[in-house]
Amino acid sequence: MSMFPLSRSILFGSAALTLALGSLPSEAFANKVFVSNERGNTVSVVDSATWEAVAEFPAGNRPRGIGISPDGKHLYVCASDDDAIKVFDTETYEFLWSLPSGPDPELFVVSADGSKIYVSNEDDNLVTVVDTQSKTVEAEVPVGVEPEGMALSPDGKFIINTSETTNMAHFIDSADYKIKHNILVDQRPRYARFTNDGALLFVSSEIGGTVSVISMTGESGPELKTKISFEVPGVLPEWLQPVGMRVTADNKWLFVALGPANRVAVIDVETLEVVKYILTGQRVWQLEFTPGEANLLTTNGNSNDITVIDVASQEAVKSVQVGQQPWGVVVAPD
Amino acid sequence: MKALRLVVLPWVCCTLLAAASLASTFSSAHALEIKTGVLKVEYPALPPVSRYDEVPEDLGFAGAQLGNEDNATTGSFLGHSFALDTRTAAPEAAEAAVKDMVSSGVHTLVLIANGADTERLAKAAGDGVIVFNAAAPDDDLRGEKCLANLLHVAPSRAMLADAVAEFVLWKRWPRWFLIEGSNPADKALGEAYRRAAVKFGAKIVEERVFEDTGGSRRTDSGLVMVQRQIPVFTQDAEEHDVVIAADESDVFAPYLPFHTWTPRPVAGSAGLRPVTFHAAHEAWGATQFQRRFEKLTGRYVRPVDYNTWLAVRVVGEAVTRTGSDDPAALRSYVLGKDFELAAFKGQKVTFRDWDGQMRQPILLTDSRITVSVSPQEGFLHQFSPLDTLGIDRPETSCKAFAQ
Repeated sequence: MSMFPLSRSILFGSAALTLALGSLPSEAFANKVFVSNERGNTVSVVDSATWEAVAEFPAGNRPRGIGISPDGKHLYVCASDDDAIKVFDTETYEFLWSLPSGPDPELFVVSADGSKIYVSNEDDNLVTVVDTQSKTVEAEVPVGVEPEGMALSPDGKFIINTSETTNMAHFIDSADYKIKHNILVDQRPRYARFTNDGALLFVSSEIGGTVSVISMTGESGPELKTKISFEVPGVLPEWLQPVGMRVTADNKWLFVALGPANRVAVIDVETLEVVKYILTGQRVWQLEFTPGEANLLTTNGNSNDITVIDVASQEAVKSVQVGQQPWGVVVAPD
Repeated sequence: MKALRLVVLPWVCCTLLAAASLASTFSSAHALEIKTGVLKVEYPALPPVSRYDEVPEDLGFAGAQLGNEDNATTGSFLGHSFALDTRTAAPEAAEAAVKDMVSSGVHTLVLIANGADTERLAKAAGDGVIVFNAAAPDDDLRGEKCLANLLHVAPSRAMLADAVAEFVLWKRWPRWFLIEGSNPADKALGEAYRRAAVKFGAKIVEERVFEDTGGSRRTDSGLVMVQRQIPVFTQDAEEHDVVIAADESDVFAPYLPFHTWTPRPVAGSAGLRPVTFHAAHEAWGATQFQRRFEKLTGRYVRPVDYNTWLAVRVVGEAVTRTGSDDPAALRSYVLGKDFELAAFKGQKVTFRDWDGQMRQPILLTDSRITVSVSPQEGFLHQFSPLDTLGIDRPETSCKAFAQ
């Protein structure tokens, strides 16, 4: 907390204002923030109006990937060492049921209508498609070695998986679950994210130290357009390890968590240049916006906290202690 | 760098399909079959001091098999198939085995052998074969005896000694009591520690040689003898901060911790040991590697398995990125600045273009956990901190790698 004393007081000011205005709908209205704590085997709940941790509940063994149903009622948590996705009530935090996920689930995406979850199974070189209604496995798609990152194109056509040892982005057709394209990227691709218009796909490579920019509008399908590199004076290049990413809904800004560099890079999507590095907690891993994108939240695995970034000013404004080794973060919709 | 990728990538993008179902759509120009040989030379050996160090039958082969499976999965998306030819041979039959492998289409060969045999077999394989050294730590193999077709995945003694030295000096333990064995490999390792002391500014305040008298290593009375002999052997040494053990032959080093006359930590061949990998290592995604290896083999990984896995992965990565199976093209890619490989040690591994040695972090283990990883913070280098370990470009005596 002592990292950002000035900005914090500003934030407190705006939070106080929001409270004073009472129930007016606002971007700063309280949303629950759920953080999976990989080592603590829990999920922490943070209130986005007060930025206080309000609850922590058991979430299975080694919780990592975390997501929420489109209606905000169900919280999905990859309990990696339980080989299941655990489903919790977002109001009561009660454990509801498990979904079959395939072995060692790590990351997943939820389809826009909430009917399906697409999961990467790290140990078995598979992407598993889970039907959330019937709670059954609908398909298993063989992919490269150590599948990790998952993304869904905004039109729902492609499920993207990145495989960390094969070093590819696999483009899985959501209609027939067949791989239609593969693109080689740099070493250890961790995460994938589309722009809101579906024109670009970003893939972060942790060990390669780059973000691959893939154009979805190439003549013969997706094609690699360029790669973004990072450079911070005084930080060894080896520590600049891009992981989690988020793009603003207006497609203007790409935020990239840089792991052990303890920074989030801000990239101008138009020029694909890094314009700023925001200091965060230690080992910054995954990112999520609050609804309306007033804030961007980061999980910081080594300092056991989340950093709250003000998106407009691109400044870190607060950090909130959560559980042991926070990994993923999701925010309940309005 | 850009140019090469632009050539390769459109081709990759167009290679759209999972090969399993659609292999027939690949033109012959794209379909590649790569067979990598793994030759293990078997030597007569005494039982290790510790039962934990007993050598599994599939040592090295298991790592190569996992690497081959990784390559094959990736290759299935690109129309590349990968195979292994694993063999064991006595030293006198090893050359014939290499020639037989080469004539059957092996152009990438991994050797698990001592330094002299690695040199002899790399020569026998010839210039048309890229040979990977997965076991021999000899510095002269990377120096005056270096060979253009021989790349080293195994770290050199100089790298291992430097990895220990950096940690020990980070701890501010500059006064070393060096105990080395009497066999040639032990002396070579002792020499590497002497070099490391000079390089990093430590002082070897006392040196002793532990004679290998060929006595039995594990006996019923061993404990009693050790408890009485080691204190006597180490008494009256100059004031020191740490004991450095150079015992590649595995004769005495495991007996040093707790038994030294002066209570001091032990590093080197016992106590804090430098290794490429060990089974408790979890950071940087290594848990996934451990699980895959254990599922495949039913045992814990050994450093030699990691080395062979890495060698086979180097081949796979080079084939994947170049789309070629030509040994000369693969060698030049591997030694070039575009090559990089993730190896579960937090940063990419690459090769030194002056002697063919792989740059890699060295884990320091107490045999239960990863205690630290070298290079250590604060040891700086104008090119890469990894080059603070081992023989750097200005010091090399290798002439086979034209720069």
